[in-house]
Amino acid sequence: MSELSRLRLHDLHLALGGKMVPFAGYEMPVQYPAGVLKEHLHTRAAAGLFDVSHMGQVILRPKGTHAETALAFESLMPVDVLGLAVGRQRYGMFLGADGGILDDLMFANRGDHIFVVVNAACKAADIALMKAQLSGACDVVPVTDRGLLALQGPGAEAALARLVPGAAAMRFMDVAFLDWNGVQLWLSRSGYTGEDGFEISVPDAALRSFAEALLEQPEVMPVGLGARDSLRLEAGLCLYGHDIDTTTSPVEAGLTWAIQKARRAGGERSGGFPGAERVLHELAHGTRRLRVGLRPEGRAPMREGTALYAGGVQVGSITSGGYGPSVGAPIAMGYVATAPATPGTPLLADLRGKMLPVTVAAMPFHPTTYKR
Amino acid sequence: MKYTKDHEWLRVDGDLVVVGITEHAATQLGDVVFVELPEVETVVAEGDEVVVIESVKAASDILAPTAGEIVEVNVLLVDNPGLVNEDPLGAAWMFKMKLDDLGVLEDFMDEDEYNDLIS
Repeated sequence: MSELSRLRLHDLHLALGGKMVPFAGYEMPVQYPAGVLKEHLHTRAAAGLFDVSHMGQVILRPKGTHAETALAFESLMPVDVLGLAVGRQRYGMFLGADGGILDDLMFANRGDHIFVVVNAACKAADIALMKAQLSGACDVVPVTDRGLLALQGPGAEAALARLVPGAAAMRFMDVAFLDWNGVQLWLSRSGYTGEDGFEISVPDAALRSFAEALLEQPEVMPVGLGARDSLRLEAGLCLYGHDIDTTTSPVEAGLTWAIQKARRAGGERSGGFPGAERVLHELAHGTRRLRVGLRPEGRAPMREGTALYAGGVQVGSITSGGYGPSVGAPIAMGYVATAPATPGTPLLADLRGKMLPVTVAAMPFHPTTYKR
Repeated sequence: MKYTKDHEWLRVDGDLVVVGITEHAATQLGDVVFVELPEVETVVAEGDEVVVIESVKAASDILAPTAGEIVEVNVLLVDNPGLVNEDPLGAAWMFKMKLDDLGVLEDFMDEDEYNDLIS
């Protein structure tokens, strides 16, 4: 294992009592003294502050027109980039030639450029891919002098608006440049918890003071990776490397909502992305397996790797699972054969040699509260 | 009270030994959300997995500290796993064992030795 990178806010995390663990090549706070359960519930009740500076921030700066860059970017993803309005953000995913997912990401049209946020574990490969494939249309510029914070929860707007009043006017998936004490913040109204909230890119020099200013707000508590995972699981959101990876297609993963009409069969820019043949075929004819939500019947959490059975035959396995603090019960997601993938279908899970009942369930497990 | 290197405590109660996990172990585990207990009358060997504890973070096994028979389990933990965090040394005892010879307890760490281990 190579040397772990340290976050710019490492000392702040230690001062807050954060327990640091290795994650995606970084030393990351997994929890603070309040613990995962309280941090999770606080985020749903008020606001949680997450340091997600390990994620990759990249600017695609057109050499020619915005449209040329958007079309080049579309050659990597089954997503409508050209149709995304200025000031708006969208979910996307890089696909391999076989239609497997290389990474999932957020991208925003910020007028004179496209801003991309990718997963930490994939960022080196993503940047290499974009440089190799997009350099004819745009400069691919990794942003290395800014951190990324997420402020999530029903109190996020009030807390942030005290520092940055303009944030309150943003709607879900809006992006904006707003000033705080002469510092330019890059905001998006989005996140990874199912709650209303913001992701805020902050210049390194102001990162600590801005994080501390947020932590001084009465709603805000620092929240670590542990609760980030339980929050996203309750929201039914995929964790790359677990629920989606190079062996899963976006259709199997239930991410068809992210494939806009323009890129589907009969759309004005149908296909033209890696794995298009498979993805368009699966959109038309379905898949053999699907990602589903799962509700174990008892109290025992069912973790990643747990095998699922129907009629004595293995029909799938769990890719993420644990206890859902807001649900008050164990929850999981995984892949199962298409036939039993309907909510309400009873399955059995092999948990340490015991066959325990688990039911296919609709997601999200906890209602989302995006401000649309 | 005696301690194992696996962060269990052992307390003699008449001719039985009561077993639980230490405060250090409970803190390391984080918020416990599930406890699976063994069946009573199970005869176990040293190192057998007898209890499964799941926290919001991960699952861990509690091993039988020595050979013997499980004669009682703390069923309160099934409905209230959070007791493990609230009172690991008291109300959250896990099981009681009958040993052939209580003398084997001498082989375990005392409190000072255990505190050295975790410091």
